[in-house]
Amino acid sequence: MSLTDKDKAAVRAMWGKISKSADAIGADALGRMLVVYPQTKTYFSHWSDLSPNSAPVKNHGKNVMSGVALAVSKIDDLTSGLMALSEQHAFQLRVDPANFKILSHCILVVIASMFPKDFTPEAHVSMDKFFCGLSLALAEKYR
Amino acid sequence: MVEWTDFERATIQDIFSKMDYEVVGPAALSRCLIVYPWTQRYFGNFGNLYNAAAIMGNPMVAKHGTTILNSLERGVKKMDNIKETYAELSKLHSEKLRVDPDNFKLLSDCLTIVVAAQLGKAFTGEVQAAFQKFMAVVVSSLGRQYY
Repeated sequence: MSLTDKDKAAVRAMWGKISKSADAIGADALGRMLVVYPQTKTYFSHWSDLSPNSAPVKNHGKNVMSGVALAVSKIDDLTSGLMALSEQHAFQLRVDPANFKILSHCILVVIASMFPKDFTPEAHVSMDKFFCGLSLALAEKYR
Repeated sequence: MVEWTDFERATIQDIFSKMDYEVVGPAALSRCLIVYPWTQRYFGNFGNLYNAAAIMGNPMVAKHGTTILNSLERGVKKMDNIKETYAELSKLHSEKLRVDPDNFKLLSDCLTIVVAAQLGKAFTGEVQAAFQKFMAVVVSSLGRQYY
């Protein structure tokens, strides 16, 4: 299920609309992931505060979304574009790739809640495909 | 038996009581058919599903979307015995309709997105958790009679 030109255009267009709110989206998505999927908290036991809108959550939400921004810029070759991040996730962070789907879902939920008119079904399918591709590229170096 | 907190019960009742089934149902089903096009395999007799516009304007899709929401309401009204509530429908989806139960989760995810779009800021993490828990129980019940 690779990204067509239509998908890439849709992703870039959507990113254009939402990128100003990237930090807020990241914080909300990460915060709600920790609430909706409590098993994900296991990766953040070193944080002082796991509540939504806490400093570590906000900060990390920003990090995640700059990764998404990078992926948008490298949408024509996600595998090589995200190579360094893949190595980091594979060898240092060792996040089970099943969680990429979970966080992707939370990001889409936040986008839908913040941009209901823009997040049409057509935009949704392209964004969903994009996050699938992103997750795959992120898992590339795992084994 | 599924244990529901007061917050979860109240949240589910609240969301569904404020919902327009004739808007949300068609929106969720058409979104599912567009975002996960392989789900169209179950709707061969629904006519034109050729592109997103056709799907969103298709009256059979709209009608079925409303039917699905009305059916979800039964679970909302009987939160303490969702399994029994959907036993018949589970058999129907398994034996007659032959729907792969993985599809229930896909539709559930689309419904979550539609509800998030409707509620905006009010769709907090806690509300999302309650909603997804309810949908997970419904999805599990629908898959229960498969063999």
